[in-house]
Formats: sequence, C-alpha cells, structure tokens
Amino acid sequence: MFILDKDNFEQEVLGADGFVLVDYWSDGCEPCKALMPDVEELAAEYEGKVKFCKLNTTNARRLAISQKVLGLPTITLYKGGQKVGEVTKEKASKAGIKEMLDANL
Amino acid sequence: MGGTGMEKHYDVVIIGAGPAGLSAGLYAARAKMKTVILEKEKPGGQIATTDEVANYPGSVEHATGPSLVERMVAQCDEFGAERVKDGVKSIDFNGDLKVIETESGDIYKAKAVIVATGASPKKIGCPGEAELTGKGVSYCATCDADFFTDLEVYCVGGGDTAVEEAMYLTKFARKVTLVHRRDEFRAAKSIIEKVKKNEKVEYLMDSVVEEVYGDGILEGIKVKNVKTGEVVDIPASEDDGTMGVFVFIGYDPLTALFKGVLDMDQTGYLIADENMNTNIPGVFAAGDVRQKVLRQVVTATADGAIAAVMAEKYIEDKFHA
Repeated sequence: MFILDKDNFEQEVLGADGFVLVDYWSDGCEPCKALMPDVEELAAEYEGKVKFCKLNTTNARRLAISQKVLGLPTITLYKGGQKVGEVTKEKASKAGIKEMLDANL
Repeated sequence: MGGTGMEKHYDVVIIGAGPAGLSAGLYAARAKMKTVILEKEKPGGQIATTDEVANYPGSVEHATGPSLVERMVAQCDEFGAERVKDGVKSIDFNGDLKVIETESGDIYKAKAVIVATGASPKKIGCPGEAELTGKGVSYCATCDADFFTDLEVYCVGGGDTAVEEAMYLTKFARKVTLVHRRDEFRAAKSIIEKVKKNEKVEYLMDSVVEEVYGDGILEGIKVKNVKTGEVVDIPASEDDGTMGVFVFIGYDPLTALFKGVLDMDQTGYLIADENMNTNIPGVFAAGDVRQKVLRQVVTATADGAIAAVMAEKYIEDKFHA
C-alpha cells in the first residue's frame, strides 16, 4: 500500500484521476491495526483497479479533519479527487469496504 | 470472503477473544482440549481500546489495555489455543455436536461452546448520531482523542468509564465537559476525587444530549436538562469549526445470534448459572455477555476460567464416560 503523508496527499489522492482508497489510521488505534491486514488483502484483490493508500493521522491531524475524518478507522474511496464512498468505525470491516468498492466500481 | 467451506472439529469453540474468551482459551488449551477462539475483529474486546486498566490485579506496570491484551494473547497462544479471525454467521446448538458457521464459510463442530461475545458501546440514540459517527461522535477515546487536540469535547456518561475517559481526553482537548443524566456520578469515589482536581473538566449534570448536528462534521449539540426541561444549544466555537462528543453510557450485549436459542434477559444479556451453564447443555456463557452485577476484566477472566473447566467436565462426562 502506498504511504501517504501531509506533503503528498494533495498530489496522490486529490490530484489523481482514477479510484484511490485511503485507509486513515493511527498509532493509538487498535481497531485500525486489526483491520489493516484485511485492507492489504483487498489491495491485492483490486490491484490495477484501485490505488490503495494509507495515512497515519498522528502526524496529519489537520489534513484528516480537512477531509472530515475525525474518527478511526475510516476508509474513504476517492474518484478523480472527489470522495465517492466512506465507511467508518464498525462499518469499516472487510465486508463493508468491499461493498463500498463494488458499489462504486 | 474467500471461504474454504471446510469442516473443522474441535473439543471447544470459543466465540470472542476478549478477556473472557482468552481466559477460557488458556484454561481449555492447558487442559489439553483442542480449542479454537473465533474473533471477528481485534483480540481484547473492549479493553483493547481502553487507555488504562488500573484495577486488574497485577496489572501495574504498563497497565494499558493493549499491553494487557498482548500478554493475555501470548499466554493463550503458548498453551496452544488456536485463534482464527472470522465472524460467526449462524449457529446450530441442537445436536450433541454444536455447529458454528462462520462468515468465511467454514463449519466448526464442537463438543462444547463458550459464548464470550461481549458487549458493544451503547449509542445515545439521538438524531444526527449515526451520520456523525467518526465525524465528531466517538465511542473510543484512544482511537480518536488525537483529533480533538485543543478543541472542546463533551463526554457523555456517569460511570467509571465515562469519568476515566474524560480525564484521558483532557490530555488532548482544551476543555472536557462531562454530561450526565443524574445529579451525581456512579463512578468509584477514588475516580471522582481525581477528576474533581482536574481543572480542564467541567460538568453538566441532570443533562442528556438530545441532538448532535453538523454538515458532514460535528458542529454542535443540543443538551436538555431533565429536571427543568430546558434545551440548550451548544455550537462549536467559530474558530474551532468542530467539537467532540464521546459516548460512554454503557453497553449492549452482542447476542443477536442466539435469540430464541439461549435464554436471555430483557436487555439481551445471556442467563447462565454460577458454573456458566446456559439453558443448553454444553453451551456456556462467559464475560460481559452474561447477566451479572459487575462487568470488569477480573470478572470476565474468572467467568472464562470457570466456563473452560466446566466445558472440560461436560465433555468428559458426555463423550468419554
């Protein structure tokens, strides 16, 4: 998965043409760490269709808030730099993410 | 979800890897029973996201929830309990062998089952709450506190968890207001004494959150005084643009799977006796999912140990006698 930070987010996510999925997580978020392997599996499954990225919000709090993300885990799907789908908290499961992807692809 | 549809046989299947499930796993595996713990999310349950677990005996150094969970998991693994990340889709407890079908399509057949599914945080149930979850409304301080650095936070509830998490949130937030529907807290006296000394904490007693609102992000809350009926609108300060609402008003048991099969009380907690027996022989309940007075890590681990020992005894009598 591509590692985002506050310097490359604009270019890699908002400036990208196709589908970009962002896994918002942080060091203190245990549910995020538990979810990460599932997201990595999905990244392999959707390779070539969706660019999978992750952003550690610990060092990018303002950036996350600017994307209206104030809770973790949150998985957001962008297309052409626009948010087209989002799952958060208990809906941020492997099945929930897959459902969001399949509804948009 | 990439299911293999395989049929797997075990002595004991434990549903849930919180403190009750991990303790049951440890005892069952140590008794040389073939044991698996199914967990759909992270191991540890509620304490995996609890900053400090200060009242579990022996949990002194590194007394954080995650570090305690890590030690429980390591101990459980060492005794040979298997752990599988998979959710349970359906159950059939009719036969001598209990059947559990998982979300990935595997079928588990077990001589005994220990239900340790736990409970999940209760929602306020007010307008705006669902839409703004993860957008300013949170049930997990360790997950989300960081976002509210220098912002204002409202912490709802009056028990140990609400008051302790309010204190944790003061490390981040500019101000934390405890909102409680009664005129005094239920939390332990020592915790209340500590919070009273914290200058960042303010109080809204006799009050409930009636609405949370905002356009894609939490912008304000409406709080009602239950004695006077007065409703106050509390918008986020203009400079901040947003605020936080953390909800710690108790838990709902995760027992939907067992409706009509296992006996439960009106709120859905499973009814089991002091040996953790449910109404179905060979099916045991342990931890927060069970109807009881005190829901703590220490009672969950005790339940788990008893359930495992009783499961072993049940298997011995039923299958090996």
